[in-house]
Amino acid sequence: MTESSAITPEQVAHLASLSRIAMSEDELAALAGGLSTILENVARVNEVVGDDVPATSHPIALSNVLRPDEVGATLTSEQALAAAPAAADDKFLVPQILGEE
Amino acid sequence: MKYEEAITKYDPVIGIEVHVELGTATKMFDAAPNTFGGGPNSNITPTSLGLPGSLPVVNAKGVEYAIRIGLALGCEIAESCRFARKNYFYPDVPKDFQTSQSDEPIASEGQVEVELEDGTQFTIPVERAHMEEDAGKNTHVGGATGRIHGADHSLVDYNRAGVPLVEIVTHPITGTGERAAEVAAAYVRTLRDIFRALGVSEARMEQGNVRADVNVSLRESPEAPLGTRTETKNVNSFRSIERAVRYEIARQATVLDAGEKVVQETRHFHEDTGETTSGRLKSDADDYRYFPEPDLVPLVPSRDWVAEIKESLPELPAQKRRRLTAEWGFSDLEMRDIVNAGLLEAIEDTVTAGAPAAAARKWWTGEVARLANQREIHPTELVTPAQVADLTALLADGKLNDRLAKEVLAGVADGEGDPAEVMAARGLEIVEDTGALEAAVDEAIAGNPDVVEKIRGGKMQAIGALMGPIMKATRGQADAGKAKELILAKING
Repeated sequence: MTESSAITPEQVAHLASLSRIAMSEDELAALAGGLSTILENVARVNEVVGDDVPATSHPIALSNVLRPDEVGATLTSEQALAAAPAAADDKFLVPQILGEE
Repeated sequence: MKYEEAITKYDPVIGIEVHVELGTATKMFDAAPNTFGGGPNSNITPTSLGLPGSLPVVNAKGVEYAIRIGLALGCEIAESCRFARKNYFYPDVPKDFQTSQSDEPIASEGQVEVELEDGTQFTIPVERAHMEEDAGKNTHVGGATGRIHGADHSLVDYNRAGVPLVEIVTHPITGTGERAAEVAAAYVRTLRDIFRALGVSEARMEQGNVRADVNVSLRESPEAPLGTRTETKNVNSFRSIERAVRYEIARQATVLDAGEKVVQETRHFHEDTGETTSGRLKSDADDYRYFPEPDLVPLVPSRDWVAEIKESLPELPAQKRRRLTAEWGFSDLEMRDIVNAGLLEAIEDTVTAGAPAAAARKWWTGEVARLANQREIHPTELVTPAQVADLTALLADGKLNDRLAKEVLAGVADGEGDPAEVMAARGLEIVEDTGALEAAVDEAIAGNPDVVEKIRGGKMQAIGALMGPIMKATRGQADAGKAKELILAKING
């Protein structure tokens, strides 16, 4: 991340659209500024990292955490649906989905 | 424009993504059972639902199966790979991302040999095979068609969410020309057979265990750069794959001929009409913002484990076909007919049960197929390999001849029992009683003095005139060879 990492309101609008979040122009502008600040601060890490530090995706050196293929406890459909805003026929009921499949 | 014309004007390039559901006992990242059916939302854990605080743990068997598939496709198995989050907002993914693999798939760069019905071979270049999870199932309610547009709301069942998948992606497949549609279907069929041979999936198309996304593009000539492609999603039978490719090639050719541009988009295939229709635009929804899944640590399959899995790989369908062709002494054409008729396994089992390969082939592709065809069922639904083997044994023992064996087979097909039982019950066994045969021969000789004179005079073909009465007297159960011997012995002796 460098100085060119400033986030534009258009980028925030795009993300908001992908995330299905409705945002006002004011909110987009405010969040663009906020996100830019966050990125700039995170980018400062690069300044202290030398070539001898490899990029990693995980903070601890651990690999191959696997489990055996054995069935464990499951939820009942009542438990699964207990916190659902709406349900029908033992299924989660969600608003109509438009525009894509 | 028709497909036939389209492929004379343009060079088709196809690309296929195949998803296979693995037959593990549990899901990929949690211990919920991986089973088909069951009440809605019953095979789930907090992880299947992506509830706050739940954490995924990788199923070792799922990784093993993915490696099996990768090795069977001749891929390199990664020294190290990672899972990634593929972010998109759709109710069938409860976490709002699908756990998948992005830039570090477990297997890459392999190939699959595909044979068309007439024996033409193509090599399909495989780019990668990666692990991911299936999504839940949406049912759209209120719309007239059950599809999305016009639906009032959707109902979601997460039983399938988290079921292990391996996705196999090809490089662009070029050089197929007019065979493009056939190649696409044959490729997926070949993969299905490989999955079954590997024991990694039941690979039942009708249950959606194997699903294909088909990319099609056209270009002016094989030298031209690749054209704009469309991706037809979730085509779920071999026939549909072939039809979808044919339709897209014809449709795109029509668009290009009109001087227009093919739109890069996702399309849907409709079984009823054989057509594809526009789904969503590619550019916009494909922004998946992949990033490494922080909840899953890297996977580093040890070289020993990979070697062990490689060692345990079963014989693959193509290898098996080559071996059996050689062992049985069949021609390539004979073998292809057997494979195309879906009789390879039946014949193999019949041979294992003791029948000579030639006899097994003759009966399965001949009389059994004919009887099955009359009933409009597959030959393997009519009789068992053991029954066909028994039948060939009775023939080899001289207890039946071809004509009688067909009668026995008809009885077996009608559910009268195994061949020996039918033979006994219908009294079809060849007469071994030489007394009865001798009597019949004597009778025939006595009743046809003119024929006997001809035979004495050296006209051997006249013997045939005596066979009719002998067969009649023995109800067709006489051994023709023995009868001939007896006639000659009696006339000349």
